[in-house]
Amino acid sequence: MNRYTIDPITRLEGHGKIEIFCNDDGEVDNVYFQVPELRGFEKFCEGRAVEEVSQIVTKICGVCPGCHHMASGKAADAVFGVEPPPTARKLRELFYMAHFVHSHIAHFYALAAPDFVVGPSAPKAERNVLGVIAKVGKEIGTEVLKQRRIAQEIQALLGGHQTHVVMNTPGGVRRGLSEDERKDIEEKARGFVEFAKFSLKLFNDVVLQNKTYVDIILNGPYKLDIYSMGLVDKNNKVNFYDGKVRVVDPEGKEHCKYAPNEYREYVAERVEPWTYLKFPYLKKVGWKGFVEGKDSGVYQATPLSRLNVADGMATPLAHAQYEKMYETLGGKPVHHTLAMHWARLIELLYAAEHCLELAQDPEITGKNLQAKLDKTPKEGVGIVEAQRGTLTHHYWTDDKGIVTKANIIVGTTNNNAAICMSLKKAAQALIKKGVTVDDGILNMVEMAFRAYDPCFSCATHSLPGTMPLVVNFRDKDNNILRTVKRD
Amino acid sequence: MANKNENTKPKLKMAVYWGAACGGCCVSVLDVHEALFDVVAAADLVFWPIALDTKYKDVEEMPDGHIDLTLFNGAVRNSENEHIAKLLRKKSKILVAYGSCAHMGGIPGLANFSTKEAIFKRVYEESESTVNPGKVRPQPEFEVPEGKLYLPVFYNDVRTLGQVVDVDYYIPGCPPQTERLVEVFMAIVKGEELPPKGSVIGARAKSQCEECSRKKSENKLVKRFYRPWQVEDDGETCFLEQGVICLGPATRSGCGYRCIKGNAPCRGCYGPSPDITDPGAKMMSAIATMIDANDPEDIQKVVDNIDDPAGTFYRFSLPGSILRRKMT
Repeated sequence: MNRYTIDPITRLEGHGKIEIFCNDDGEVDNVYFQVPELRGFEKFCEGRAVEEVSQIVTKICGVCPGCHHMASGKAADAVFGVEPPPTARKLRELFYMAHFVHSHIAHFYALAAPDFVVGPSAPKAERNVLGVIAKVGKEIGTEVLKQRRIAQEIQALLGGHQTHVVMNTPGGVRRGLSEDERKDIEEKARGFVEFAKFSLKLFNDVVLQNKTYVDIILNGPYKLDIYSMGLVDKNNKVNFYDGKVRVVDPEGKEHCKYAPNEYREYVAERVEPWTYLKFPYLKKVGWKGFVEGKDSGVYQATPLSRLNVADGMATPLAHAQYEKMYETLGGKPVHHTLAMHWARLIELLYAAEHCLELAQDPEITGKNLQAKLDKTPKEGVGIVEAQRGTLTHHYWTDDKGIVTKANIIVGTTNNNAAICMSLKKAAQALIKKGVTVDDGILNMVEMAFRAYDPCFSCATHSLPGTMPLVVNFRDKDNNILRTVKRD
Repeated sequence: MANKNENTKPKLKMAVYWGAACGGCCVSVLDVHEALFDVVAAADLVFWPIALDTKYKDVEEMPDGHIDLTLFNGAVRNSENEHIAKLLRKKSKILVAYGSCAHMGGIPGLANFSTKEAIFKRVYEESESTVNPGKVRPQPEFEVPEGKLYLPVFYNDVRTLGQVVDVDYYIPGCPPQTERLVEVFMAIVKGEELPPKGSVIGARAKSQCEECSRKKSENKLVKRFYRPWQVEDDGETCFLEQGVICLGPATRSGCGYRCIKGNAPCRGCYGPSPDITDPGAKMMSAIATMIDANDPEDIQKVVDNIDDPAGTFYRFSLPGSILRRKMT
């Protein structure tokens, strides 16, 4: 039996590792995606004051700290049984839109674009963000860096610390917005909208007008017929900050729609002995293994699944793009993994438009930033959409608001089973007898999970772009026969 | 590497690695924004898993001392972190513990209030959404039908980098302020004389309070302490004078007052200021001098209303403190 070891890939909160087992004919038998690290936040949040936990959990991930801060802040609101005043809520959302703008821009240009703008089997030295810049021009490259920085500046202004934001306090935010600051953000948000429109045009011109790429999206080994999950507002439009979690089955029919505090009725997690990361699945459908279909509780929580569960986008330009995507790809739901990139850009436009709406909202400069905390703290769940999936924080506290228990289901974790399955599908289709497993093949395998923008890809900040990959051919005694690597 | 700059001086060989970390330290390196191109012009990044394809195997093949400067971020939580820490020590001329986790244990170090057993039990068995009747737990070695799979061993204790290998310098912060990194980097590139081995670099030699812009008066006496949400912060007055615990007196400055600017009190990510060995002990003494009471019983009452003092005073520093962990 041949064995391929891909170690390390970069990761969520540790290092990812992929083990591909082949039979003697060179066909892929099975693929294991292992997350070899655990830090145990659930345990060491115990004993901490709930408002401190909202700052501690940002350290789960330095790439999407704002998501943990928001989910945790909402859980802390619920612990105290309060809703933040309208201004505070809108300031949180404004911060959060900037967080999405920054992350989605960086993922598309630094990680996804190299595969499409430069090409999936282009020379590896070019298949990175610098290659993208070379192809689209330095002017656009500079604009990418500029927009990312502007989004970060807005985050730093509202959130204090530029990485590990300290904005939320139970029932409110710590800092308001002045009129001058508001004007400045409004101007910046206009720039985001223009840049998001440009990015979609680029996607259209470079990807959708190229038959080869459209073929890869529609006919490549990158399709997974599983359930979709995402947060929706009261009109069933995509929402990142608030609402109910909606799940649709592989045909697009609503499976459930639940409020944050009901999550345990619908989602359960499974433990496997070969990875530190658990496997969430739909509880009412049940765990049937790493299999597709309506009878399997495996689901995805990604930009694409968020669009799949919704009836549209809450802003006009993004909604038009939403309609265009489903029209082009043959209706809802879409299960083509690589369409996640398109969905992500539609979300970028929504985040930009909503950022502008909020910056123009008269209430955004209000002075009432804090709800009165007069109830005894007890228990609360907070759910937001992280860039990489539905994020759930659940805390129990004593009557002083000291956390006694915590349960957290992280965005990328939702997709753990789906990522394993996408990798297996891609590997089975690409690694065959007589096929030389070269860099191009490796990249095509990588593309299967890169689409998920998993945190372990640290998407937003990958400068040269390619994920480190090494594949060891091993015999059954585990001796390395041959090594293929990118360097 | 044949790359040379215009002065034909060999470029600096640099590595950035993460142990038990969140990625925020790597983000702080990237947050030099456009100056990243200057960094790339002055240094060859030879190993950086977030961004480059260099593998462990490639590092193993490098001659000892091949890398001029390694920034190691993250704590040492498992056997893989330890293995790579030792490997990079061997391959690096200058090894820097970069960021709070490598420096003092950081947030992952809060796990030293607990044990491996308690963490596994909570995460894999007791977690309210987990269904695990067979009490399955991740195993360092596990036989699947197709072969054997391996995972790093999760240790009982989180350790700092300095507790595992010999460290040349410490750059504190969660994450370090990018400007401080650039200062250190440029000093090394220019070949400036470096401070004595073991020094904290990229930070100020003062406490937070000495440069904090919040208004301070002579009267620091308080009758009780409050949680941040229990006071109406005016955005200007020293947190401690409002009765809100702030680790400013025990913390080194250099962070740019990021949390303070966001109206949140300091939690000590830059580590103890130069004259302090233990931040928790320093905070206790700072607080004792503030209590507006003379009767020992009254003083005790004031101290008792501080919630989670250990988890607050040692928020970023438990593994690196004199306590190291909670006795179990």
